[in-house]
Amino acid sequence: MIASRLPPALPLVVAGVALALVPALKLPAFYETFLYLVLFWVSLATSWNILSGYAGYFSFGHAAFFGAGVYTTATLTTAVDVPFLWTLPAAGLVAALLGSGIAAVVFRVRGVRGELFGLLTLAVTFVLSTIALNTKIDGGPGVFLAAVPIPTLFGAPATTLYHLALAVALLSAFAALAIYRSRWGMGLFAIRDDEDVAEVLGVPTYRYKLVAFALSCFIAGLIGGIHAMFVTYVTVAETFSVGLTVDAIMMAALGGTRFWYGPVLGAAIVTALTQSLTGGESAILNRALIGGILIVVIVFLPDGVAGGLGRRGRRAAVSPVETATPLAVELPRAPATWQAAAPLLACTDVKKAFRGLQALAGVTLEVRAGEILGLIGPNGSGKSTLINVVSGYYQTDGGRIALDGRDIARVRAHRIAGLGLARTYQIPRSFRRLSVVDNVALAAMFGGGGHGRERGRRLARSWLAFAGLEAKADALPDELNLLERKFLDLARALASEPRLVLLDEVLSGLTPAQMTDALQLVRRIRDRGTTVVFVEHIMRAVLDLADRVVVLSYGQVIAEGLPRQVMRDPEVVRAYLGKAYA
Amino acid sequence: MPSPTCRPASGCLSSPHENRALPSLNLIGQSLLAGLFTGGLYALLGLGLSLTWGLLRVINLANFALAFLGAYLTYQLATAFRLDPILTLVVIVPGFFVVGIGLELGFLRFKINELTSLIVTFGLTVILESLIQWIWTADFRRLEWPYTRVSLRIGTLFVGLTGLLAFGAAALLTLGTWAWLRWSYLGKAARASAQDGPMAGAFGVNRRRLALLLAGLSAAYAAVAGLFIALNHTLAPSQIYSWIGVVFAAVIIGRLGNALGLLAASVFIAASEALTMAVTAPGWAPLVSFTLLIVILLLRPEL
Repeated sequence: MIASRLPPALPLVVAGVALALVPALKLPAFYETFLYLVLFWVSLATSWNILSGYAGYFSFGHAAFFGAGVYTTATLTTAVDVPFLWTLPAAGLVAALLGSGIAAVVFRVRGVRGELFGLLTLAVTFVLSTIALNTKIDGGPGVFLAAVPIPTLFGAPATTLYHLALAVALLSAFAALAIYRSRWGMGLFAIRDDEDVAEVLGVPTYRYKLVAFALSCFIAGLIGGIHAMFVTYVTVAETFSVGLTVDAIMMAALGGTRFWYGPVLGAAIVTALTQSLTGGESAILNRALIGGILIVVIVFLPDGVAGGLGRRGRRAAVSPVETATPLAVELPRAPATWQAAAPLLACTDVKKAFRGLQALAGVTLEVRAGEILGLIGPNGSGKSTLINVVSGYYQTDGGRIALDGRDIARVRAHRIAGLGLARTYQIPRSFRRLSVVDNVALAAMFGGGGHGRERGRRLARSWLAFAGLEAKADALPDELNLLERKFLDLARALASEPRLVLLDEVLSGLTPAQMTDALQLVRRIRDRGTTVVFVEHIMRAVLDLADRVVVLSYGQVIAEGLPRQVMRDPEVVRAYLGKAYA
Repeated sequence: MPSPTCRPASGCLSSPHENRALPSLNLIGQSLLAGLFTGGLYALLGLGLSLTWGLLRVINLANFALAFLGAYLTYQLATAFRLDPILTLVVIVPGFFVVGIGLELGFLRFKINELTSLIVTFGLTVILESLIQWIWTADFRRLEWPYTRVSLRIGTLFVGLTGLLAFGAAALLTLGTWAWLRWSYLGKAARASAQDGPMAGAFGVNRRRLALLLAGLSAAYAAVAGLFIALNHTLAPSQIYSWIGVVFAAVIIGRLGNALGLLAASVFIAASEALTMAVTAPGWAPLVSFTLLIVILLLRPEL
């Protein structure tokens, strides 16, 4: 574990030490200023990337949190005479508190994603700048900090600021690296690809996003506090500037938002370009050039410079250790803690309405431990809604849902996953940018098993072998065909070691031969001790597979019992074929 | 002199109205009128953005830079050739229509999505800004034309002619676009493509041609917005960015792709801004539109 962390961290430490020694070389002041600016942008771009790059929540409000730090330091040093260094933790904390406050509200609203989150954070920037401009915080003319003493640690005051910026840049790079290699990072990447699926697989999406945002804001506030002293004169227009946010985004995008070192690369490249091109006539050209680079990179290198470098090494990067791992890792069996008599899942009078449409009008059913239950019914009878409600994606309007005796009607989806419930989707939903094996490993890490990353990966390979997908482990989901993607969905559901798995139309769209494969797989799942509920339209499969059948129509249970019995029930025939045939 | 009870948060530090007397009816009327006209400009600037975002899923920041390019071209043609500013549209609108098509061809060719469109068009904006600064310098420019200073007097209120024209153009274009999208076959095809592109394509909608038409129209709208920016405002390259925030607010509050909603939201935002300026200090105006945007995003996030 530790050994695998060393390679990326070591160069970072070396770079840190080398950069810390630069002032000792007594180079012209220009170099120190230049390096300060690089570190400044590294901090901003990397901190932005922790939420926005990893989890895909593009914040256009980074300047707001940076500005919160700038004005915290400015206010504390001038109005309250707090020594500069003491204001820095405050600057970080104020920004982090502000960020978490906003996040606590925003992340509760399911629809505020992607560009909407971007606009909301953009609006926050304008609101904060208006407040700063019209209150004592700034008041309009700006704040002068030239008189505030800067302690001399290892040389001139400017050198102190340089060292502080270096510390923050290193902090942000280490944080980005640590998150990248942790469960948390894996969860954030899953959120970026498909947040709903991630939550249902057990990723605590709300907490992960909130903490990532708070950390991102903390670093932005910290570097803001330092930068206030660097510029010595802070104004609202220069601080709460959308341009600053966009520059940070551009650097992260240029370097590659899916890599912890992407923003570092981007910040270094752009700052070097800007600095080498500033001055006189070329200032205009310089801006145009940056605009041009931005377009070219996004169009031709969608994963940034780091992605461009990484693409070449992708095949080679599959470490020999991983492929050499024997595939026959003992797969964990489903825990056999249940008592055969007690129902594993009990729904009592479950209701769910969408505006005027009553999708579930009081569903009462039981799933017994160890059985395969077929859930059938005409289109629109509420089968998928029931799965969505049970797995926690929708909240019930009423009724009780008990998993192994515990009420889960008001429990968040990721906790339900932890209690041992997994599902598949009618149209397979994979994490597009995660490899097949990581798709499954994620479930092993966040599901009932809660394994570590390495063990999760090993188990994932075994589950892929179980589903017959071991050859595709390192492919991306887009490279799979429909059957393979359905099996990937299944392998992922199984990897979370559920006691109960809900399969939503696994057979639809498959050829008869593929169907036979799939049916066998479902049987093997049950034989391992997992209870199965499957929604299906194909009656041959239902008769073949199900121990028991429940029929839904218009959101209500109209029949239940043994498959052949239920099929003859006049009520069921009427629901499917109409009155004439009953 | 700030009174002892005056809290900084109420904006009194920079407020000229220290005695906090209620503003007169005349002031309120004049503010609402100013709001109406500014709202017209917001709507004109937002129309192209709303259409490409709502119907093509392209968030085109370059729309703002294009509008300013249009404004500068109007300024140039009017000052160099003594061409009536409104007549310059005859040249600029078709030109921009072609530019819009060209841009969309690029977006389609490189499969730009919403997020990358934002970054790519920001790059374009920066390039256009540099171009404008290179040609016309960073100095402020003001288009003077016989009718730019004309005011009509209605009762006790003064109505600026160019402001009135801007609002008229905005009302005409937004209503026309709304009706076109709602009732014409092409408009229905455009809305269907936005909801489910491949499905609309399967039913015989030529999505590519439709996308090019919409992109061309959006750029043409930017040209019209440019004309009224030139007539009503002082031009400087950096001004491009000052419109982005509030116009985005109007586009979202009005709902994407909904031209009529955009007009209503624009006027509402501009009027509340103008009222805020009249009642408190001018500096507080942005708080209104952006707080409104945040609240609306949180209450009704589905676009």
